Amino acid sequence: MRLVIALPYAWLGIFFLLPFGLVLAIALGSAAPDSAPPVTLGLSLKNFALLLSDDLYVAAWLGSLRIAATSTLAALLLGYPMAYAIARADPRWRPILLMAVILPFWTSFLIRVYAWMGLLASNGLVNQFLRWSGLVGDPGTILGTEWAIHLGIVYAYLPFMVLPLYAALEKLDGGLLEAAADLGANPVVAFLTVTLPLSLPGIVAGCLLVFIPAVGEFVIPDLLGGTGTLMIGKVLWDEFFLNADWPLAAAVAVCLLLLLLGPIALFQRQQARSLERP
Amino acid sequence: MAARARFAFTVLAFGYAFLYLPIALVIVYSFNDSRLVTVWAGFSTKWWSALFANEAMLSAAWLSLRIAFVSATAAALIGLAAGYALARAPRFPGRTLFGSLVIAPMVMPEIVMGIAMLLLFVGSDSLLGGPQRGFLTIVIAHTTFAIAFVAVVVQARLADFDRSLEEAAMDLGATPWTAFLTVTLPMIAPAVASGWLLAFTLSLDDLVLTQFVAGAQSQTLPMQVYSSVRLGVDPQINALATLIVIVAVLALTTSGWLTRRRI
Repeated sequence: MRLVIALPYAWLGIFFLLPFGLVLAIALGSAAPDSAPPVTLGLSLKNFALLLSDDLYVAAWLGSLRIAATSTLAALLLGYPMAYAIARADPRWRPILLMAVILPFWTSFLIRVYAWMGLLASNGLVNQFLRWSGLVGDPGTILGTEWAIHLGIVYAYLPFMVLPLYAALEKLDGGLLEAAADLGANPVVAFLTVTLPLSLPGIVAGCLLVFIPAVGEFVIPDLLGGTGTLMIGKVLWDEFFLNADWPLAAAVAVCLLLLLLGPIALFQRQQARSLERP
Repeated sequence: MAARARFAFTVLAFGYAFLYLPIALVIVYSFNDSRLVTVWAGFSTKWWSALFANEAMLSAAWLSLRIAFVSATAAALIGLAAGYALARAPRFPGRTLFGSLVIAPMVMPEIVMGIAMLLLFVGSDSLLGGPQRGFLTIVIAHTTFAIAFVAVVVQARLADFDRSLEEAAMDLGATPWTAFLTVTLPMIAPAVASGWLLAFTLSLDDLVLTQFVAGAQSQTLPMQVYSSVRLGVDPQINALATLIVIVAVLALTTSGWLTRRRI
């Protein structure tokens, strides 16, 4: 048993925990463009000071949080009715309906984002439809806007929202709703006072599973957003790969982690609790 | 009642259309004669022939498959150990940290993990003289990322079985190791297999983590796809996407079949 614990412990300690110590150490250093690796170690907080004072970075932080929050809300509004409908469907159909939600997750993430590049282009099918329907006079180009980023996030992360919601709603005892109805609650009141509170763990888990990766998302803003898109994941990427400013990129990573520590801890606590009573 | 059924039907029809129409269109346009993916210009398989003649894409795919195979196998072994420890060892020093460490990679932003692992490899390169960035570093990164997914599946499966079978085997004189091999492992084999498949798929699909740790020589399939789609839509990528969807359907049906089968 000792070996069984030691093997994953050692692996994760070396390849997961230790690297974060290194990130912190590098974040306190400064860039040295001419040496390889391009870093001089040090003990200065200037990278963090820059991240908190420079307008560009502040805008990127706020932009990421805002886009992640609104996309999470949109995914919840779309995912909740879906999860509810699946949970209430004929038990014979449920595994198939559920499988159909999971399937896109098994196809390539990159490909699913790519699918929207063609759809949202200025003469893409979405615009052709909007023009044909007459709903919008001139839709302009959706690709390269925040609309496209929102759409991409909702599309890519919808399965993560539906699955925990379904798990919570499926456990719901139908008798409780009947009892509420017997006691005079109309369906809306019954939903608000019985279904919604009982599915809260699913709502929290689903929202966290969408929100956490969305804040640090790189691929979606890079492929669907415009060049002016300010999201922190893209800023980190550009600092690292284009500007080769490793210490600043490391500082962005540290801040991103600190920012998400609360949501991540919340998710872990919930996960641990749900595993203890399966 | 009828209104409610109609509501459920509308919701599901809309939801599944949203999930599947973009993928369906990608597949349809892989057979388009035009280079534009917005105009249908007749049926053609030329993008498919172009894809199968694309040496860079094929060698990237081969590299990705090898990386996915090795890292999924490593992740299945370590994840099995981690899941087993979490389910069967209620108390040991540092268990809380252990539990967090196992689950954390699931929710860690990939970009943060990418930069962290790259700094580790750069550090070990300057202190210990290795490993060279490439196949090995990508495998290590993917394994670290995928352990969590295997561990969670294994732990959930073990929670379904009580210990009495294992204890009975040991009462009858089996060593803990024999009991594990002859009783526990057959019970959780489907979970390990579906965890392996998940790890394989995740590795095959990973871009961000890979881009950080790959070094200059290695081009995996997602890296190749990414550098191609950055320049705009390309029907060859549509053909590749179609292949990926077919493989995914096969993998998921296999995995679903494995987890549903009871001993």
